[in-house]
Amino acid sequence: MPEATTPEDGEDGVRIDLISGARMEGLTSMEKIRLILDSVRDGDIVVLEAGLSPEEESKLIEVTMTEISPDDFSGIEIETYPTSGQPNQGLVGRLLGKEETANKLTVIGPANQIETLHKDEDLISALVSRK
Amino acid sequence: MGLLTNLRDSITRVTDRLFADDEPKRIGIYGPPNAGKTTLANRIARDWTGDAVGPESHIPHETRRARRKENVEIERNGKTVTIDIVDTPGVTTKVDYKEFLDHDMEKEDAVKRSREATEGVAEAMHWLREDVDGVIYVLDSTTDPFTQVNTMLIGIIESQDLPVLIFANKVDLDEADVKRIADAFPQHETVPLSALEGDNMDEVYEKIAEYFG
Repeated sequence: MPEATTPEDGEDGVRIDLISGARMEGLTSMEKIRLILDSVRDGDIVVLEAGLSPEEESKLIEVTMTEISPDDFSGIEIETYPTSGQPNQGLVGRLLGKEETANKLTVIGPANQIETLHKDEDLISALVSRK
Repeated sequence: MGLLTNLRDSITRVTDRLFADDEPKRIGIYGPPNAGKTTLANRIARDWTGDAVGPESHIPHETRRARRKENVEIERNGKTVTIDIVDTPGVTTKVDYKEFLDHDMEKEDAVKRSREATEGVAEAMHWLREDVDGVIYVLDSTTDPFTQVNTMLIGIIESQDLPVLIFANKVDLDEADVKRIADAFPQHETVPLSALEGDNMDEVYEKIAEYFG
């Protein structure tokens, strides 16, 4: 969990965690996924300054599926600004497992609370409802 | 994962593909729910083996576990390719059992269906990273292809260096817009078809033989 305060009991609102690329850089893939899913399962919205790699996105979907349960957690909504063109990555980068994550601001929230209203190249507009 | 481990895994993946030419290629049929993946898998399997892969339905997540049809031999233009077709559940980031209640389902059945669906999607994502040699990505050409799941899935497939063919399905419907799909993913070839009606299947088989042969 990010080192942020949780809303006091009875406080009404939706918390948004804006997580810097620097903070995510030091985490393993599973730590990133845990950080995201723990926040989202608490009803928070997570905004990642630097998005996830394709491998991490794949694992995020897989882990999300294993945690869905009736009347408790129905999954996530996720939106990312489209990257401009294809990842510019050489063979060496691929062999070493380096994947493109730059310039992918990503918004993730609970599926039962967040609804994407509009998305284009430079705007993600979302409606967030309280539980 | 360490650099050496990554390097070793990458080299293993490449050599596995190089030396596995005699084995049938495992071709995963991926896409969002209700795009017509099972209808297409059944069409291909029936055309070349006489058997179907699984039941089709308009209810989302009819395919909850991946189904495999092995040794489907496709011949086109003097080229023969043998593939194992893996029909996967529609990929999504959310599954709510309440959506199934709208299809005249009891809560118990809806919960069971959603649980099976989540297991199936998790399995399909795992296989995409570990167990397929190529991907047929099926989209419903009557709906907007610019969804986050489609963008993510195509990105994941590209990051795995897997050959991918995009099939714009349901062209028999008036609202079909193949250009919208081709424009959404211009870096890949888009083949229009109707898996239900069997429209344009000659080109489908030509492209399968060309891409996965």
